[in-house]
Amino acid sequence: MSVEENKMPKRSPFSAQIDLAKFELATEEEKRQQDVMSESTTFLKDGMRRLRKNPLAMGSIVVLVLILLLIIIAPRVVPYTYSGIITVDGVRDKSAKNLAPFTYSKLEQKYIDEGGEVFPHILGTDEMCRDYFMRVIYGTRVSLFVGLFASVLVLIIGVLYGSISGYAGGRVDMFMMRVVDIIYSLPDLLMVILLSVVLSQVITFQPGSLMAKLGSNMVSLFIVFGLLYWVGMARLVRGQILSIKENEYVLAAQSIGAKSGRIIKRHILPNCISVIIISTALQIPSAIFTESFLSFVGLGVQAPMPSLGSLANSARDGLQSYPYKLVFPAVMICLIVLAFNLLGDGLRDAFDPKLKD
Amino acid sequence: MSENILEVKDLCTSFFTDSGEVKAVNGVSFNLSPGKILGIVGESGSGKSVTAYSIMQILADTGKVVSGEILYRGENILNYDKRQLKDFRGKKCSIIFQDPMTSLNPVYTVGNQLMEGIMLHTDRNKEQARERAKEMLELVGVNEPARRLKQYPFELSGGMRQRVMIAMALACEPDILIADEPTTALDVTIQAQILELMKELQKKLGMAIIMVTHDLGVIADMCDEIIVMYGGRVCERGTAEDIFYRPGHEYTKGLLRSIPQEDTNDRLVPIAGTPINLLNMPKGCAFCSRCDAAMKICLEEKPPEMQMPDGHYASCWMNVKKQYEENEGGAGNE
Amino acid sequence: MSNDNGYLVEVKDLKEHFPVRTGFFEKTMLKAVDGVSFQIKPGETLGLVGESGCGKTTVGRTLLHLYKPTGGQILFEGEEVTENNINEYRKKMQMVFQDPYSSLNPRMIVEDIIGEPLDVHKLYSSKGERREKILGLMETVGLNAEHATRYAHEFSGGQRQRIGIARALAVNPKFIVCDEPVSALDVSIQAQVINMFEDLQKKLGMAYLFIAHDLLIVKHISDRIAVMYLGRIVEIGDADEVYHSPKHPYTVSLLSAVPIPDPKTAKERQRIILSGDVPSPMNLPSGCAFRTRCPYATEKCAAECPSLTDRGDGHMVACWNK
Repeated sequence: MSVEENKMPKRSPFSAQIDLAKFELATEEEKRQQDVMSESTTFLKDGMRRLRKNPLAMGSIVVLVLILLLIIIAPRVVPYTYSGIITVDGVRDKSAKNLAPFTYSKLEQKYIDEGGEVFPHILGTDEMCRDYFMRVIYGTRVSLFVGLFASVLVLIIGVLYGSISGYAGGRVDMFMMRVVDIIYSLPDLLMVILLSVVLSQVITFQPGSLMAKLGSNMVSLFIVFGLLYWVGMARLVRGQILSIKENEYVLAAQSIGAKSGRIIKRHILPNCISVIIISTALQIPSAIFTESFLSFVGLGVQAPMPSLGSLANSARDGLQSYPYKLVFPAVMICLIVLAFNLLGDGLRDAFDPKLKD
Repeated sequence: MSENILEVKDLCTSFFTDSGEVKAVNGVSFNLSPGKILGIVGESGSGKSVTAYSIMQILADTGKVVSGEILYRGENILNYDKRQLKDFRGKKCSIIFQDPMTSLNPVYTVGNQLMEGIMLHTDRNKEQARERAKEMLELVGVNEPARRLKQYPFELSGGMRQRVMIAMALACEPDILIADEPTTALDVTIQAQILELMKELQKKLGMAIIMVTHDLGVIADMCDEIIVMYGGRVCERGTAEDIFYRPGHEYTKGLLRSIPQEDTNDRLVPIAGTPINLLNMPKGCAFCSRCDAAMKICLEEKPPEMQMPDGHYASCWMNVKKQYEENEGGAGNE
Repeated sequence: MSNDNGYLVEVKDLKEHFPVRTGFFEKTMLKAVDGVSFQIKPGETLGLVGESGCGKTTVGRTLLHLYKPTGGQILFEGEEVTENNINEYRKKMQMVFQDPYSSLNPRMIVEDIIGEPLDVHKLYSSKGERREKILGLMETVGLNAEHATRYAHEFSGGQRQRIGIARALAVNPKFIVCDEPVSALDVSIQAQVINMFEDLQKKLGMAYLFIAHDLLIVKHISDRIAVMYLGRIVEIGDADEVYHSPKHPYTVSLLSAVPIPDPKTAKERQRIILSGDVPSPMNLPSGCAFRTRCPYATEKCAAECPSLTDRGDGHMVACWNK
């Protein structure tokens, strides 16, 4: 009897009456239903899902999209230009100096009283009677353009150089990396100043071209970015490639007989693309910042073309009376740089496989 | 019946990830008697290591003991405060890990790390601690202990490092030593050295050992009692002989069939299917989708833990069915 | 030179030395493989066992010219495989890798992973033919056709290893180097993969070089076993012969160290526990590399390195004393 008791299940109160039907063999089909493979996700989908969960990164995207819309749409809506003095009814309005936001000059006020319509000066005007809102918008355009262009420059040179160095390895790698070390040791600001002095005397731009509008300072800035700033990217890509090269799938591709070009294109670059995207996203704000800083110290774009940095610089003069003139471009720089940085961080959290799991 | 040094009752540990709650350990109970070697065996994802980490309270940030009790000499360690826990870890229960390279700090010497643990848990001064460290290294079979104390971990071989780890774990004479895959990263001949050493030390010092591993060979060699885990649950627990010669769970049977035998080269009988997805646990038995003998009830209901005729426990509906059939047969005789 | 001796793969005195920087100007040679010779017949499995760092993986990779051999010859069907004609032989020799996680590109779908050898060697004339071939390969290794567009990271270890095997089979090789193909897998999955290797061999008649450290598995799958220690083969012979009556003291101790999944035998048997650690391959002892751990070592062992000698039935042992 005691043996019989021992045999009884320990936990569940289990009686002798069992439903025999339940003890039939389960069919393969029924078993397979238990085995559900989780939903197919690609690397991109998975990363985007994580990115969407990151409120800071999503907020940054919204801010950037808003800024982008603003700088595209505003010049089409607002009837002022960044360089022209405000005109009222075809007459230059010399009295519209340093207006506060949403105020009108005497001339304009008269015109309004007479029944005419004047588009409001959203951010007022500057000391040369130009609409400040448009200047800030164009300044943002220039800063964003410089940031994106410089980053693309850095991206192309850095990725090419880094992948060749990393994949070739050995002496080639050694030599290429020493070149990088030398470039790293050059003081970048000094280079910008020297180059812009030299360039402004050597090169003459076609009047009216984009380059002429930006001025020799900007061109030298691009050259310096192209010459100096790619080294960080190159080092990063090289490091990535060195570690990816260790993976057995690269060895497997070699054992299949795949050529080097195919291995770089199909196996190595797709696996460091996330790192490249992330560091490009972080490169943009640093380029914008450098540009703003150079413009602030007077080495930036050619007047009358504004940039956020040069706007901030010229706002210094009337800082006591018109402090808001410094605030607007400064806030814009902060917004852009912060948004790109937060987005870059978010991208890294979402896509960097090392932080995964 | 001897007093149990450690009782784990219905332990549930979950990890809370992006994709949802992962029930890594799902209702595990077992007892550990003093001076015994208990083996926890299972494949990756079976929850064997998480069980060990739950006992030590060293789970990752996303992990949490959701329910259950872990009783050390009758005290629930889940209710311990920080100070008590610090005392528990190292002094009463210590752990050695799979990879002896990453579990030693590369910037401190072996002696430094050994002495730190000793001084933390006992009131020895630096000199006494050094003496004790030397003693411990000698005990675990490290040659020239005085010189080794001054060496850095990278100067030692894998086997030596694991010996140092064992010395560190045993320096404060714990009652329980948890070994989490202690020999998996080592070569066969070094593994034999370490296993032999652990057996010897167990006899000499008399602590209880919880051996967590996936290697049935290591388990067979070392353990008095064995727990077989699958999908976060205990399939079967009993003595080594029970498990290897009279398995009572279809998973254990399948596992034993699937390893190559010494004397024949007959075709292996693998377990079909793929390992369980912990995010998508079946309603019934965790093993049901891979089990050849799965019945309809296995898909629907969790099998109860039941005592087998020889006294060990298994959770498999097959046993319920068998017992029912026996009872039916027996009823005719009565 | 024709294929007169009937061997599919013949390795003669293969050497692979890696330069290792030990100081700013100094370089030491790491002798990963130091004079290895063996032959494999068509349809045969040669098991290669040894502890980590003994050079077994290097042998497999050097066979496929993934590393340039420092010395020696590799003959395939009697013809020497060199750097110039290796691409031709990559249609005949393939490799299955150890780690099912790092051996598949995480950014490629299964279809493209398996299809890569077909792409590289242009083994199809139309997209339809490519797809047909890939689905055929997937069926051979027991994968569902619906898995073709999934990424490798969505699969379990066992399934990933199947994908790796399908990739190796894509070019219809006659010889596959299996570099620890099951050691990263769970016990219950290992048996599935081993059975598949055996079935494929029966069906397609390939030869394997099966590299592993698990002696039970190697004995199970191999016709012959070679045991390596520090870059050299110390014993080679029929699988059962080597497993049940090993001659070299290293093989003996290796076998006695293997944990046996049977509590009674495990607790009763006497282990021969080797003392000490494996010497560094950068600083090999003179003579026989095993002498520092060998219980039978004599002065002769230190003076001269023994070569493989036949002890009957092709059972070759490299030892002065046994």
